[in-house]
Amino acid sequence: MTNKRYAEITGRSILYAILAIMALYYLLPLMLMITTSFRSMDEIRLGQLIAWPETWTAEAWRLAWSEAQIGARSERGLKPYFINSIIMVIPAVTISTVIGALNGYVLSFWKFKGANLFFGMMLFGCFLPFQAILLPQAMVLGKLGISGSIVGLIFTHVVYGIAFTTLFFRNYYVTIPGELIKAAQLDGAGFWRIFWRIILPLSTPILVVSVIWQFTQIWNDFLFGVSFSDPSSQPVTVGLNNLVNSSTGERRYNVDMAGAIIAALPTLAVYVIAGKYFVRGLTAGSVKG
Amino acid sequence: MTQSLSSKSTSGTTRRTRHVSLGDRLASWIPKLVVSPTLLITLIFVYGFVIWTAVLSFTNSRILPRYDFVGWDNYVRLFANERWMVALKNLGVYAFLFIAICLIIGLLMAILLDQRIRAEGALRTIYLYPMALSFIVTGTVWKWMLNPQVGLEQFMISLGWESFRFDWIVNPDFSIYTVVIAAVWQSSGFVMALFLAGLRGVDDSIIKAAQIDGASPITIYTRIIIPSLRPVFFSAFIMLAHIAIKSFDLALALTGGGPGISSDLPAIFMFQFSFNRGQMGIGAASAMIMLLGIVAILVPFLYSELRVKKDD
Repeated sequence: MTNKRYAEITGRSILYAILAIMALYYLLPLMLMITTSFRSMDEIRLGQLIAWPETWTAEAWRLAWSEAQIGARSERGLKPYFINSIIMVIPAVTISTVIGALNGYVLSFWKFKGANLFFGMMLFGCFLPFQAILLPQAMVLGKLGISGSIVGLIFTHVVYGIAFTTLFFRNYYVTIPGELIKAAQLDGAGFWRIFWRIILPLSTPILVVSVIWQFTQIWNDFLFGVSFSDPSSQPVTVGLNNLVNSSTGERRYNVDMAGAIIAALPTLAVYVIAGKYFVRGLTAGSVKG
Repeated sequence: MTQSLSSKSTSGTTRRTRHVSLGDRLASWIPKLVVSPTLLITLIFVYGFVIWTAVLSFTNSRILPRYDFVGWDNYVRLFANERWMVALKNLGVYAFLFIAICLIIGLLMAILLDQRIRAEGALRTIYLYPMALSFIVTGTVWKWMLNPQVGLEQFMISLGWESFRFDWIVNPDFSIYTVVIAAVWQSSGFVMALFLAGLRGVDDSIIKAAQIDGASPITIYTRIIIPSLRPVFFSAFIMLAHIAIKSFDLALALTGGGPGISSDLPAIFMFQFSFNRGQMGIGAASAMIMLLGIVAILVPFLYSELRVKKDD
């Protein structure tokens, strides 16, 4: 019997060892980002990248945030890009989530002829490779006079985000029993009243999922940002890419890493605070609703 | 599938025999009015624009769109373009490895995590956080980690392993594999989450019965549990293939498609030919090929989805 017990303990140890090694693989880049961002360039020059800081300094953070020369801009640092991303993400997330909620509500409780076809057509928008719409979108934004502006980016993110938000809300609402709505209709409640009084109060979890998903998608977007913005309206992902690839003078790894954390902080914070909903959003698209 | 209530064109209120007032008629139109902007947007910005791109791909548009049709000329030139062929070949290698490794790691990690582990929540959080990062961030970090002058290679040498070499990122023969490494790091945790959700959904009674029959844990996994995860494999594959075909920012931030064009991908090719080189026609053609690739993967998926619905 002791043999069996021994084997079990060995098995568990190996199991935990593998899990720990994998955890290290995922954590190492994050650790590297954090430690490098707090080191001085002198220290990195003498040694290497993967090392514990001898003296901790936030100098690289200051440089990345407000001092580093990125491209040929007069404003320095990632700060203006970061602000652009915030100005872009708030309205884009709000508008696309509201439209998605209303679409989902109609597609679940107020079906009309062809509603399913409509939904099916929209779903294709979730799988559309944006390369296939990039050129027309660039022209249309130009025609509308909003190319190279944050408004144009917001518009683009809303247009191509609706498919996802609609999918979230529709798949959530079809699980709500229709009797609820029928009863309210008998009481004489109309379309908007039912939405406000009955459906919306039940929607909190999916609202959170939709907001987090859209926030992550839009904040992390690079393709639209690099295609449809000019230097004054570029989001933080484009700013970071320019910072890392603006090859004038010495490579400042600590500034690059601080910049990477700055660009990643908002989505990481959301993930840490509301990870459960983040995962639900990720799996919502792949698990049948 | 829950069948939701369908109210046919009236707002469903029980009306006594009175004239259908204007208000009622309006009320019955509200739902359609609410979704009409989305319908318009979908028709124009998704379907209309795809058709527009297709049209562009048959024109000799350069920096600006021109509507002189040149037939399949752009496609012929595209496939005669060495850089495009490199990008396609790279996509094949990258997509295959990325999908295979993600599925293997994801499944293994999910099975290991499913063994009633302590700190499961914490581990799940650690494995999944890269999904919250931008590909540009991931690319930046791995770019310096894999840099032979400062990163892992130097670290190993400093530990005393003098002959250690890991210079894939600057080696044209291996640069595409570094994109795989970074992409797996970013996405494998997500695949694990999918499999874990699938594992938690497996019917316990079958497993219990198999255990009573004396089946070994390995047999239970290979014969019962893993086959029942087939739908999860399927949707994970779709997601990963989709990510792979669209891959753009990660490779751009990590290697810039280089050294040379050794780690170029279709999405980078499309962007550069469309916007930097003034070859809009060829850019549009390459975008259409990418779209075809995704449609080719989606069609079997949708087909199986629709078939399942009929069975319900």
